[in-house]
Amino acid sequence: MSAHSTYDLLRHLADSWGLLLMTAIFLGLCAWPFRPGARPMNRDAAHSIFKDESDV
Amino acid sequence: METALSRSGLWLIGLLMAVLACAAAVDTGFAIHMGIVGFACIIGLIVTLRGVDINRAILAPDQGRYDDDVIRWGVIATVFWGMAGFLAGLIIASQLALPVLNLGLEWTAFGRLRPLHTSAVIFAFGGNALIATSFYVVQRTCRARLAFPGLARFVFWGYQLFIVLAATGYLLGITQGKEYAEPEWYVDIWLTIVWVAYLAVFVGTIVKRTEPHIYVANWFYLAFIITVAMLHIVNNLNWPVSFVGSRSFPVFAGVQGALVQWWYGHNAVGFFLTAGFLAMMYYFVPKQAERPIFSYRLSIIHFWALIFLYIWAGPHHLHYTALPDWAQTLGMVFSVMLWMPSWGGMINGLMTLNGAWDKVRTDPIIRMMVMALAFYGMSTFEGPMMSIKSVNSLSHYTDWTIGHVHSGALGWNGMITFACLYYMVPRLWGKPRLYSLRMVNWHFWLATVGIVFYASSMWVAGITQGLMWREYGADGYLVNSFAETVLALKPMYFLRAFGGLLYLAGAVVMTVNVWRTILGHQRGEAPMRDAAFDPAKDRPIIAAPVAA
Repeated sequence: MSAHSTYDLLRHLADSWGLLLMTAIFLGLCAWPFRPGARPMNRDAAHSIFKDESDV
Repeated sequence: METALSRSGLWLIGLLMAVLACAAAVDTGFAIHMGIVGFACIIGLIVTLRGVDINRAILAPDQGRYDDDVIRWGVIATVFWGMAGFLAGLIIASQLALPVLNLGLEWTAFGRLRPLHTSAVIFAFGGNALIATSFYVVQRTCRARLAFPGLARFVFWGYQLFIVLAATGYLLGITQGKEYAEPEWYVDIWLTIVWVAYLAVFVGTIVKRTEPHIYVANWFYLAFIITVAMLHIVNNLNWPVSFVGSRSFPVFAGVQGALVQWWYGHNAVGFFLTAGFLAMMYYFVPKQAERPIFSYRLSIIHFWALIFLYIWAGPHHLHYTALPDWAQTLGMVFSVMLWMPSWGGMINGLMTLNGAWDKVRTDPIIRMMVMALAFYGMSTFEGPMMSIKSVNSLSHYTDWTIGHVHSGALGWNGMITFACLYYMVPRLWGKPRLYSLRMVNWHFWLATVGIVFYASSMWVAGITQGLMWREYGADGYLVNSFAETVLALKPMYFLRAFGGLLYLAGAVVMTVNVWRTILGHQRGEAPMRDAAFDPAKDRPIIAAPVAA
């Protein structure tokens, strides 16, 4: 495969399926903490840094 | 005894290799650098032979206590390198206003002192702050003692050797000529070794955590460590001219080399100066405010958006160059998109104070954190704006860029680091409080006014410069020569140097405060705020006699 056709292949992959895949992964990761039932987990995580102030 | 013997042997081998490399060196710079390495080996040898008891912390660590030795050294190193870097900055700012200060010597010329300043503040001051705070935060959020204590000590001292080699190299004229990646090939290899050790200590501590959830600050630290490793290795793929010489040539040439450099350069900003310092923000701001982060969900979106977007923003440094137009546009679009997660993060930090806004008035450390977040917001708005091609055609290569960098560096990185130092110092040295809270307040105002002078003078200078450069006369020729634009900027250069002087003065106040806190002194002073009390009014009312 010539250097240009490699470039052409990768360029079109990046413009289409690659872009779609990256966007889907990104949106999935952002949506993850909003899944049902995650609210108490988020609350606990946010408060976890204060645990060392109350235990012995 | 056996460990001391084998360690001494290792130091001797290191010393021997340094001496051999020094003798075989093909240029003076490399010989001096190997001399420095040999000197470092001698120090290591003396420390080993004098029998300093390092074994207890390394070989039989008390798992019931946090390992804070390296963090204490890191705090002192941060203050020391901060002072060195700010002073170098003031010197080069003065050189721009008064060229006679170049002293006519090659070692003190602006071109050599400038990388000394940028590396001292970013990698020495910022880097030590990141290493110290990351070791502090990862232990406390994982509720586990630092993994690999020997390696952690190697990370600290190895990093200091990297700084010394880089800094002396700049003065000697040893440079790759790449912005923020000036150190030559052998210093780059040394930093890679140190950085992999850093990653091992950090990940090792996360692996042995007792807290089930990995707190979001650690995500930011981990992203910073991994991405900086990747950037550093790719941008420093150089081949040395001689294995005992200080010159090397990059693997990438031309526009590819330029793109790799600015992919590195912008992500050094994105992951070293942003992700790493956001990690500090996500731990120390909630701790100092005594309130959890405003929204943990928002912090996760902030994290992923930063990771996915920042890596593409580099090409905005190469607008109107040989880089393909689509790549320039891509860099611009991703830079503009970055504005959203940045402001999301700023809002998340600021809203953490929701319901405790009075602390901004009463607690100067919180005030510093709020100012840091405000500057984070301001520079992450200014940056995307400057990345737009039509704005960039005015701002690029002008002092506006320098002003933008400093509102981020002095305002965001500097202020959040100072706040974290003030938080950690009394805790690390087991003191009831800081030497003086009022001196923190002085530091806050000196730094803030200093930044205002710096940023506003550079806005004026940059726009003046940009407009003068593009001014055409009726005959189609440029109106101004370059020297005329320099003359027009001279008053702004004085104002900028004055701003730097104020910022340095604030850092001097901090140095005294940190020093005396470590010594255990406490300044007798009125508290920052108390409920109002007027002794003159503290009396009963005598009923006035009724008129007859």
